[in-house]
Amino acid sequence: MISRSDVEHVAALARLGLTDAEIDRMQGQLNRILEAVGRLQEVDTSHIGPTAQVIALENVMRDDVVRPGISREAGLANAPLREGAHLRVPVVLEEGR
Amino acid sequence: MSTGPLPLADRTITEVGELLRSREVSSRELTEACLARIGRDGERLNSFLAVGERRALAAADAADADLAAGDRANRPLLGIPYALKDIFVTRALDDAGQPDGGLPTTAGSRILAGYRSPYAGDAEGRLTAAGAILLGKTNCDEFAMGSSNENSAYGPVHNPWDESTVPGGSSGGSSTAVAAGQAFFATGTDTGGSIRQPASLSGVIGLKPTYGRVSRYGMVAFASSLDQCGPLTRSVRDCALVLGALAGHDPRDSTSVDVPVPDYVAALSGEVRGLRLGVPREYFVAGMEPGVEAAVRAGIATLESLGAEIVEVSLPSTEMGLATYYIIAPAEASANLARYDGVKYGYSAGEEVLLDNYLRTRGDGFGAEVKRRIMLGTYALSAGYYDAYYVKAQQVRTLIKDEFDAVLTDVDALLAPTSPSVAFKIGAKTEDPLLMYLNDACTLPVNIAGLPGISVPCGLADGLPVGLQVIGRAFDEATILRVADAYERVAGFADLRPPTAHD
Repeated sequence: MISRSDVEHVAALARLGLTDAEIDRMQGQLNRILEAVGRLQEVDTSHIGPTAQVIALENVMRDDVVRPGISREAGLANAPLREGAHLRVPVVLEEGR
Repeated sequence: MSTGPLPLADRTITEVGELLRSREVSSRELTEACLARIGRDGERLNSFLAVGERRALAAADAADADLAAGDRANRPLLGIPYALKDIFVTRALDDAGQPDGGLPTTAGSRILAGYRSPYAGDAEGRLTAAGAILLGKTNCDEFAMGSSNENSAYGPVHNPWDESTVPGGSSGGSSTAVAAGQAFFATGTDTGGSIRQPASLSGVIGLKPTYGRVSRYGMVAFASSLDQCGPLTRSVRDCALVLGALAGHDPRDSTSVDVPVPDYVAALSGEVRGLRLGVPREYFVAGMEPGVEAAVRAGIATLESLGAEIVEVSLPSTEMGLATYYIIAPAEASANLARYDGVKYGYSAGEEVLLDNYLRTRGDGFGAEVKRRIMLGTYALSAGYYDAYYVKAQQVRTLIKDEFDAVLTDVDALLAPTSPSVAFKIGAKTEDPLLMYLNDACTLPVNIAGLPGISVPCGLADGLPVGLQVIGRAFDEATILRVADAYERVAGFADLRPPTAHD
């Protein structure tokens, strides 16, 4: 069973701001879902390797050549905050915090 | 079942393609016919999030000029109007960063409201090169997470067969657009059934290709080891045509596989004699609606009467599919959706301190189901739980895949239901996530194994469409198309259309 503080911890890891009502609801729903997916523990996988992807491709390389890309203006056009040719990021450290 | 010829907007690409080539209709007329349907029913059904009327008509006029000149490239989709699920980016900015008349991309999310892509995805690129006419972007569950289209931030989509029911999801806007004559085909994405299940509930064809068959470049990512792009159409032959245009190697997607694309239309021999088709007993699950089981069993009997050899097979780990999927998909989603940070693009809450801005941007910007999956995935990947959940699910994934591979050395393809139910009432399952997840019990094992699957209408139950699913070997879309087409030719459901099919 995951507790309310577990939910708060995971929400902090995921950078999700949840309301108190959302945390309560999420705790109940996550516990029900985790109970359902917990059935996997019944399967004996002691001699089974994991599958991360299903195709037999690895280390796909491309030639190291310059190709046309997205222009700076188009790349910045969706930014909520910008300053000249840069994205502007809200302050990382607040005084007194 | 219609008595006279169907209205233009409700016909197949194959039919209107002939009319285009014989100059009996123009691409402009086809485009206007779709736009008229969107104008009449679009708002009520809520199937589109953006429509680009002016650009579509200009592209149609250009296609008509190409057709008049004889289209030496012989492009089967030239002049055919279509829609993209709003999970496919469409270029909407010029190099100066100004809106260029292209359509915005939202992925059904508030966090991408107003987003204008600076580049075109592979789907838009290939279909534009094929001469098809982009009408607009279709509604979908937020980030393709859902089985009913009720998770869209822009409201639910209504199923044209019964507007109080859902069309399925997450490609519910696309399945509705195709069912309701608003587009001759549409693209979808399928991570756990999001093309096949809405196709089933909407009475259209939907195909999920083999993982790696179609590029994911420009598809907003949900679960990167499971996501595939595929077509929704009104006939199997149409599906073969569109898949042929979408498939092929793309160096911009490093999981795109460089294998030749066969002529899918040429594979449609109408013949299933000599094929061994397996029926996995685990797919006829408890809780399946009797009307669905009856229609699917009748479909299997039809294929047997056509000369296919039907054998019962077993895929014992099927019952673990749902649990496996609901660890792997949310885990991958939690990583993919970390990019929505309120800094580079999309919604920003405008907080002055970065951490507060992350929390509020994501808390306000994502809907309930997306937050649930981010939480589930983050938990499954977190310290102390990684081995118990994520690695365990990857091991069971191996079992599921190996069982499919073994069975598919003995049989040429598998036959199964697409969905355990027909379209259900809007609101019926929204309070219970686990109940909603069961909708994909018959489709998501196919994604876990990376195999191709198609849903083809096999009749009605309680007046609502049922889909028969055909699952194939990796990169053998040709065989499942051949089986679905042979079935469609004789089954008598090819002209099934919802009540919206009139001018």
